[in-house]
Amino acid sequence: MKHLKKALALTTLAVAMNANAQTELTVYTAVEAEDLQKYAERFNEDHPDIKINWVRDSTGVVTARLLAEKQNSQADVVWGLAGTSLLLLKNEGMLVPYAPEGLEKLSPKFRDRDETPSWVGMDAWMAAICVNTIEAEKNNLPMPSSWDDLTKPVYQGHVVMPNPNSSGTGFLDVSAWLQMMGDDKGWEFMDGLHQNISRYTHSGSKPCKMAASGETTIGVSFAFRGARLKEQGAPLELVFPEEGLGWEVEATAIVDGTDKMEAAQTLVDWSITRKAMEMYNEGYAIVGMPGVAQPVKYFPENADDLIIDNDFGWAAGNREAILAEWARRYDGKSEAK
Amino acid sequence: MSESDPGKFSMIDSPALSTPTTRNWPALAELRRRLAGRWVFALLLVTGCGVLTLLVLAPLYTLLSKSVESKAGDFVGLENFAHYLSTGGIESAFFNSLWVAGLSTVIVVSLAFMAAWALTRTRLPITGWIRGVLVLPILAPSLLPAISLVYLFGNQGVLKSWLFGAEIYGPIGIIMGSCFWTFPHALMILLTAMDNADGRHYEAATALKASPWRTFWTVTVPGARYGLVSAGFVVFTLVITDFGVPKVIGGQFDVLATDIYKQVIGQQKFEMGAVVSVLLLLPAMLAFIADRYVQRKQSASFTARSVPYRPRQDRKRDALGALMLTPTVVFIFAIIGMAIYASFVTFWPYNLDLSLNNYQFGRMDGGGWGAYTNSLQMALGTMVLGTVLVFFNAWLMERTPQPKLLTGVFQFLSLLPLAVPGLVLGLSYIFFFNHPENPINGIYGTLFILILCTVTHFYAVSHLTAVTALKQLDQEFEAVGESLNASRWRVLFTVTLPLCLPAILDVALYLFVNAMTTVSAVVFLYGHDSQLASVAVLNMDEAGDIAPAAAMAILITVTCATAKLIQGLLRFWVDRSTRVWRQGTE
Repeated sequence: MKHLKKALALTTLAVAMNANAQTELTVYTAVEAEDLQKYAERFNEDHPDIKINWVRDSTGVVTARLLAEKQNSQADVVWGLAGTSLLLLKNEGMLVPYAPEGLEKLSPKFRDRDETPSWVGMDAWMAAICVNTIEAEKNNLPMPSSWDDLTKPVYQGHVVMPNPNSSGTGFLDVSAWLQMMGDDKGWEFMDGLHQNISRYTHSGSKPCKMAASGETTIGVSFAFRGARLKEQGAPLELVFPEEGLGWEVEATAIVDGTDKMEAAQTLVDWSITRKAMEMYNEGYAIVGMPGVAQPVKYFPENADDLIIDNDFGWAAGNREAILAEWARRYDGKSEAK
Repeated sequence: MSESDPGKFSMIDSPALSTPTTRNWPALAELRRRLAGRWVFALLLVTGCGVLTLLVLAPLYTLLSKSVESKAGDFVGLENFAHYLSTGGIESAFFNSLWVAGLSTVIVVSLAFMAAWALTRTRLPITGWIRGVLVLPILAPSLLPAISLVYLFGNQGVLKSWLFGAEIYGPIGIIMGSCFWTFPHALMILLTAMDNADGRHYEAATALKASPWRTFWTVTVPGARYGLVSAGFVVFTLVITDFGVPKVIGGQFDVLATDIYKQVIGQQKFEMGAVVSVLLLLPAMLAFIADRYVQRKQSASFTARSVPYRPRQDRKRDALGALMLTPTVVFIFAIIGMAIYASFVTFWPYNLDLSLNNYQFGRMDGGGWGAYTNSLQMALGTMVLGTVLVFFNAWLMERTPQPKLLTGVFQFLSLLPLAVPGLVLGLSYIFFFNHPENPINGIYGTLFILILCTVTHFYAVSHLTAVTALKQLDQEFEAVGESLNASRWRVLFTVTLPLCLPAILDVALYLFVNAMTTVSAVVFLYGHDSQLASVAVLNMDEAGDIAPAAAMAILITVTCATAKLIQGLLRFWVDRSTRVWRQGTE
């Protein structure tokens, strides 16, 4: 009994000391919930003294929350948020520029262009078209292979895509089309696509989910979600249009106002190590460090060639005008068909 | 007595007021005592106003003031409004919101009134169980009806043909979904309004040989008038401010609430979100004024001399009651049944094998049980704090002498949260409670702020229920109490509270279940150690993990149903013991 008590006391002491030695970081993220535990565990294998406290939500909610908390930021680090969102935070002066160890190994596309970058990239998520094979057969629809295919009259009423005013994925598509095709051709293409759209959704993953359950035949969405649904048994074919794919970087940054700078820097350092990149590669075909990525199930092998040379600066600068033009052409008022 | 009466009058103007040595000193003491009492009550209600200002008005101001600011924070007047109007938002979103909310209100209030009538004015059996079924919609997270409606009426839906080629994605879906989730809110208010009927009115009607139809229009409807208007006001405001249903099932049908979502979540434009929020307050404000107008004409229906109404045997009338309940009960069963079925299906609609795989709670990532425990704590906290706050304030407002202006202000403050979409409330709470100069910014990110936010979010309907219950008690109770030299406090604890126990239990349950299922406001406020089950459900569904999402949703529903069962048992016990007590006076 006495031994037990002693052991207990010792354990308590050890736990207490351990807790004292541990730095706790509040990390905001939009990474899929099921991946968070894995990310934290892998990080803790190298840095057991830093505990990650996740706050996770969808990209839009996390971004709005970070901006609203600006005056008294709660997050120490953002790990896994869209580059567009981080650009917004950077412009608000909410990020601390930091050059992590091994920065030079990152592909230049995967870092903030400043000499001391405000954010560093992890991986890329890219557009994809989810096609329901059962419904396509039922409706006698040929398999599309390009964006242009989607404007063909045969697909009328069979296509769903996210509204760019509500969803980052939606904007990623629109911005990519405009960059690939140029202004005039881009809007002309969207006019044609609009004829075939049965509805616009507020969420980027919804079109693919709707395709998976047969609510629509074709959903313009992103590859990660399509691969996940396919794995769960959805009768989906993922199409990666030959003209090129819009994509967005997922990245890491230190939030201004953190009082745990050292731990925050350790985390950002680790987030671009080879080990971290290999971890991202388990779910994403394209990662920030060239030469690391192995082919991922359901993703195209030439993913690197398919993604367009996305000009994020251009996209951010013209975002408001593009969204206004898009809303003027296609939003809401198209309801009375 | 008689000798002190004239003294009372003369003393009001006399300087003797301050010199207690006059011969009429007992009357003076009495006056002072009464005045002191008044002040205490008024002061308490002022405190109540202060609390609500802190919980609603101040946070709201921090966000809504952005509607007249540029992105950089400079004052720009009505520029943002002009910009919003010029982009055409007003024509589509505003009017869409109005007609969808209006139609939903008519449908829900009609159905809820029919149900309330059948439950309180007939002798149908198993009404306890029927009541249980009718509140099912608020026991379930909003995701369940969304899944069900798609599975029932979507492109692969089993009842798709019932829509005659129309689409569920759009106004039809929004109205169906809104009717489903707002029905219990309306029913709760109407049941409170109709539960305590005065049997003497019905006796009089019978004695005058009034037809049942005439009795219905001259006794039943006037008695429920306040409840009807309140229910209409509540449903209209709930529908117009909700973005959950339109977001999930509304397709691209534009309403004001999804416009806020687009501006704030889609584009991070807080100032434009604030503009739409202000516009959203307008119709709600109109509904509020209409509600006040009708309420002024309401008088107590259950007086000290009342005899509780017991419907007589009447088969025909009971059959009619059953007929009125049927559509609602069938609709609710269809939705809930479909959701339960959906949670067993392997992969809708291509693999309809049933399995229990979806109920493997171990699969839940992101702290499944931890989130559930947090939700439970949050819901219990909301229930206790909310019920006490709501009922005490409602009692102060209704049953103690108060300046008219003060009750008006208080009524406004307590109904205001209803007109605020959860999304807006959540963001406001960040701006206000996370401000570095706010002395209580320490509560930000804790479970406590989630409790405060949820109490505020659901304050209005709880308040209306409490007020409706309190209004039905005759003011004579306090007068009689006074003549017996019992203070208002004593009347509160010995008469008012016991008589209102059923309504108090309703409010407690209402707060508990809403706290278990709410998402829209708390999504901005939870911290790393206060994740909530309802948010987890939404996130898992968003990630395509419909299986564990459904499992967690069912767990929440079962928890709420258990709470409802406990509340039902308590109600039954209270009903029985107070019935004996009430009948003792016959």
